[in-house]
Amino acid sequence: MARPKAPGLWSREIAGRAVVESLRKLDPRTLIFNPVMFVVEVTSALTTIVLIRDVVEGRHALLGFEVQVALWLWFTVLFANFAEAMAEGRGKAQAATLRQSRTLTQAKLILKTGEIKVVNATSLRREDVVMVEAGDTIPADGEVIEGVAAVNESAVTGESAPVIRESGGDRSAVTGGTTVISDWIKVRITTNPGETFLDRMIALVEGAERRKTPNEIALTILLTGLTITFILVVVTLFPFALYSSTKLDVPVLVALLVCLAPTTIGGLLSAIGIAGMDRLVQHNVLALSGRAVEAAGDVDTLLLDKTGTITLGNRMATEFVPVNGVQATELADAAQLASLADETPEGRSITVLAKREYNLRGRELAEHEAKFIPFSAHTRMSGIDLNGRSIRKGAADEILKFVQERQGTIPPEINAIVERIAKDGGTPLVVADGARALGVIHLKDVIKEGIRYRFERLRAMGLRTVMITGDNPLTANAIAQESGVDDFVAEATPETKLRLIREEQARGRLVAMIGDGTNDAPALAQADVGIAMNAGTQAAREAGNMVDLDSNPTKIIEVVEIGKQLLMTRGALTTFSIANDLAKYFAIIPALFMVTYPELDALNIMRLATPESAILSAVIFNALVIIALIPLALRGVTYRPVGAAPLLMRNLLIYGGGGVIIPFVAIKLIDMLITAAHLV
Amino acid sequence: MIENSLLRIGVPFAALVAFSIPLGLFMARVFNRQRTFLDPVLEPIERAIYRICGIQRSQEMTWREYTGAALLFGAASWLVLYLIQRTQYLMPFNPQGMTAVAPLLAFNTAASFSTNTNWQAYAGESTMSYMSQMLGLTSQNFLSAATGIAISIAVIRGFVRDGIRTLGNFWVDLTRATLWVLMPICVVLTLVYVWQGMPDNLGAYAEVKTVEGAPQVIAQGPVASQEAIKELGTNGGGFFNANSAHPYENPTPLTNLLEVLSILIIGAALTHTFGKMAGDRRQGWTLFATMSLFFLASCALAVWAEQAGNPKFASLGVDQRPLATQSGGNMEGKETRFGPIDSALFAASTTATSCGAVNSALDSYTPLGGLIPMFNMQLGEVIFGGVGSGLYGMIVMAVMAVFIAGLMVGRTPEYLGKKIEAREMKLVMLYVLIFPTLILLPAAAASVIKVGLSGIANPGPHGFSEILYAFTEGAANNGSAFAGLNANTPFYNLVLGFVMLAGRFLMAIPALAIAGSMAEKKAVPASSGTFPTTGVSFVVLLVAVILIVGALVFFAGDALGPIVEHFAMVNGKLF
Repeated sequence: MARPKAPGLWSREIAGRAVVESLRKLDPRTLIFNPVMFVVEVTSALTTIVLIRDVVEGRHALLGFEVQVALWLWFTVLFANFAEAMAEGRGKAQAATLRQSRTLTQAKLILKTGEIKVVNATSLRREDVVMVEAGDTIPADGEVIEGVAAVNESAVTGESAPVIRESGGDRSAVTGGTTVISDWIKVRITTNPGETFLDRMIALVEGAERRKTPNEIALTILLTGLTITFILVVVTLFPFALYSSTKLDVPVLVALLVCLAPTTIGGLLSAIGIAGMDRLVQHNVLALSGRAVEAAGDVDTLLLDKTGTITLGNRMATEFVPVNGVQATELADAAQLASLADETPEGRSITVLAKREYNLRGRELAEHEAKFIPFSAHTRMSGIDLNGRSIRKGAADEILKFVQERQGTIPPEINAIVERIAKDGGTPLVVADGARALGVIHLKDVIKEGIRYRFERLRAMGLRTVMITGDNPLTANAIAQESGVDDFVAEATPETKLRLIREEQARGRLVAMIGDGTNDAPALAQADVGIAMNAGTQAAREAGNMVDLDSNPTKIIEVVEIGKQLLMTRGALTTFSIANDLAKYFAIIPALFMVTYPELDALNIMRLATPESAILSAVIFNALVIIALIPLALRGVTYRPVGAAPLLMRNLLIYGGGGVIIPFVAIKLIDMLITAAHLV
Repeated sequence: MIENSLLRIGVPFAALVAFSIPLGLFMARVFNRQRTFLDPVLEPIERAIYRICGIQRSQEMTWREYTGAALLFGAASWLVLYLIQRTQYLMPFNPQGMTAVAPLLAFNTAASFSTNTNWQAYAGESTMSYMSQMLGLTSQNFLSAATGIAISIAVIRGFVRDGIRTLGNFWVDLTRATLWVLMPICVVLTLVYVWQGMPDNLGAYAEVKTVEGAPQVIAQGPVASQEAIKELGTNGGGFFNANSAHPYENPTPLTNLLEVLSILIIGAALTHTFGKMAGDRRQGWTLFATMSLFFLASCALAVWAEQAGNPKFASLGVDQRPLATQSGGNMEGKETRFGPIDSALFAASTTATSCGAVNSALDSYTPLGGLIPMFNMQLGEVIFGGVGSGLYGMIVMAVMAVFIAGLMVGRTPEYLGKKIEAREMKLVMLYVLIFPTLILLPAAAASVIKVGLSGIANPGPHGFSEILYAFTEGAANNGSAFAGLNANTPFYNLVLGFVMLAGRFLMAIPALAIAGSMAEKKAVPASSGTFPTTGVSFVVLLVAVILIVGALVFFAGDALGPIVEHFAMVNGKLF
């Protein structure tokens, strides 16, 4: 199973279930949380009651018209419910594919007595310890407490290469549903059933735990305010009409109210929010709250670890710089010898460089009397003792001390070379053969391809990127220059991140960060948007409010875009909804007063056929536009990082301008259709 | 003709731009308590006032305290004004021997003047003693205007201050608005008006014989001094019932220009005060540009409608074309000295702000010409607006525009770096809701109940326009009369009195509350993702939001009044 695919927009299965759901959602107790649609439901009920009264009392004059108005009013509510149910259905479908793998899993529970008992994975509780062996599926999220194993995590990440999971360190977290392919591990379960990331995500989508996000609340207030205003307009219109001896009927007043009320955005608001979560899941990111998704769109500052995010994880040797007349080949040879036993990526890159540049092959050391000196934080060097030679490579000052201790002389130019390399953002490693300093290896950070473009994109979105690195300021500066990051913090400790986040937040900025290690956990918790790598530790995943299943640090860009898209879709549909009112006024007001003030027909600029057809067309348009905009609500408005002002102009033009024009055309068309069909 | 209109709208507008900038910057200094050239004269007076009233000038108020002080001051003003009117027969300066003002009329007038509305259900020269005019009405003209300025300054501080809970001291702002801003300009204006021929005395009305030998009573009094603050403070309550159409209140073209200018000046200047205090002058210019767009559009439309005249007259063979010897257009209800252009300009100015002074009878305008003043007010009195209330109304609109803009660009909206969240939106919607409620509900009642209908003078949609207009100007604290409506009845005195009080104080509360919650927030530094609240795109959006809020709410009502009347007129039917 690769990443969960977005189900087709109108997948029959989801749409079918959504139809049923939209009827169930008519329950006023749930609908009251959506004040706009609640008003529509109440007034639809009122219209229906009036209709029944008219039937009972045998008033048949406009019965056909009233029946149709009532029907379309109910459709308006149902269409809004349908939109929400569609979004939920799609979210559930995605979550279900993620969850499927887990339900049938058996777990080998290790009892207190040490015996192993096979139980159902769903019965596991927090703190239970299970044994997972090659071929087993890990039954639930947890932490490795013993053993090392290769784990295939393609079930959640879509990445087929197995990863190593071992106890201790930053690679101890395992996810339920992934498979152990070699060796065995003991896993301590960290979540109760129903509390895993997936469960929380599903609950958020399903609505049971869905809370309105801050922006959603503010928008709901705006929409509710507008609705109240229009209730006021419609309620006072009745006496205003009486003044000119016009008695307006309930159905037409309700029709006017429902057309003016922002039903389009009111009906699609929750669908937009759920769809935002769905889109995150499509990008393999699980959000633990809708609030986090929204905050992502607002992020001002992005903290990025240098290693793994901006640069490829490792430094690579790129150059040998000999000193004091030493041949480059001799330096390369010594460097290679010193690195043969060095299994670190840096060490390997030295061997590779020597082979590539100077055609030096790796030698079988078993033939020689060789003793490896591994790197230690204390000595800050590593190397080899071979046939009486002691070859060392390491930090400049330590190696030079090593040379001096052996009464060697320090070549005068070596300091200049070391400084130059450091200034360029590289790491200088000095190589010495006993008392002779041979030269310097230039280790360089390799910046990820395309990262510069990504930073430009972030800048265009208005985000400031800050690189965090343990390097010295010189090195950090060089990498910052090369990668195009806006700012950097050098010689950072884990505490630096937390402090930096607090500082930024004190200045009123929203901060996002990506982390994986246990020492990132406090910073992840402090950040407004904390994205934990799925490959990271359990502590990090608990602290963040999003988990990236792909463990891809540049994913933040998509997350920010989805957050912005969410707000923009709301804004676009709000504008569209309000702009629609103009045409609806022009359709309904002349129709209401056709008898009293025939002069007002001058406002009937669409030349709608009859007062009834005009009102009905407006109501039908108002209902159908919800259905028509479901795809936009679910897919979201396209985001372009072009800066705020041009973006606003563009969206104003499309959704504001379009919102003014489209209903004039559409209402006219509907009017022509229903007149041709003799519906009124 | 076009050139003439352009010139006569263009000159006052150019003067407005030119004078509003220095005044705005001056006000920023006054309220930031920086040095001004008036300090040597005024500071001793200021200190004396504080000493007498026991005001600690350094004491800062939270938004609740500030609102409390403003409301308390409003209530006290109302009470004092009521008592003065009820007891004017006991007091000096009453050469005409005016009796006590009737209770409901006194209530209405007290509400009207303490709210800066200056709706006049009474006729000045036949109801009020000089004492009531000067001590009561004129002092309220200053103080209610100063209250408006003070509140607007507090609202500005709310957006400018960073993480502070207080908005300044109401009493200090009130005193400084009166002493530094209103008084000095009024002194200058009064002198100019007297020079231009306005009377300013305390004598009894003159009784003269006309050329035909008939006796005539010529009302006079302290006109020039009251005239100055009438426009400057967007009060609008005329000394005479005819208001600025009366030759003593508006004798020359120069006074007409100065009156139009002084109606607009403080509302316009406050935008620059806002820009200056916000540390970004463009913020002020953006609001100024938005207000100017509405103002110029309403002037142009009103002039066009009035100059076009009435097609019914054309069919009677009346020449309504403008010629060298006649102004043409609709001259009904207009002072011949002013003609359609200056009348329409005055009408647009007085309703763009919450002034309400008039130099022509709005009731006699063409339907569309009459719609413009009403629509200006229905937009919420934010086109320059009442002194102070116009600015804070516009800021509330800007907050709403920013919210929508923020959504459209995918970012939680910020205005001057302050995030607009649910709490602010709640207050904004409250502010936006109060206004139409105050207009539509009473107008709905008045258009069906007998006591409401009995006041109207004309049948059909025109009568409806009169009712709608009365409550619109009341809620907007404008005070201009559509005339035609006899409003000195218990129903209108009482209901309009409450509408005026609510239109002033009920709306100031959410505005100050927004300021209070803004002041506490930390300002977020702008980034390229922040939507700029300056420049063309924001002006466009702000105009759209103001239009939408106004038009969507009042379209139905207006359609049944002026709009239907217009189409009827086109078809040759008048009301």
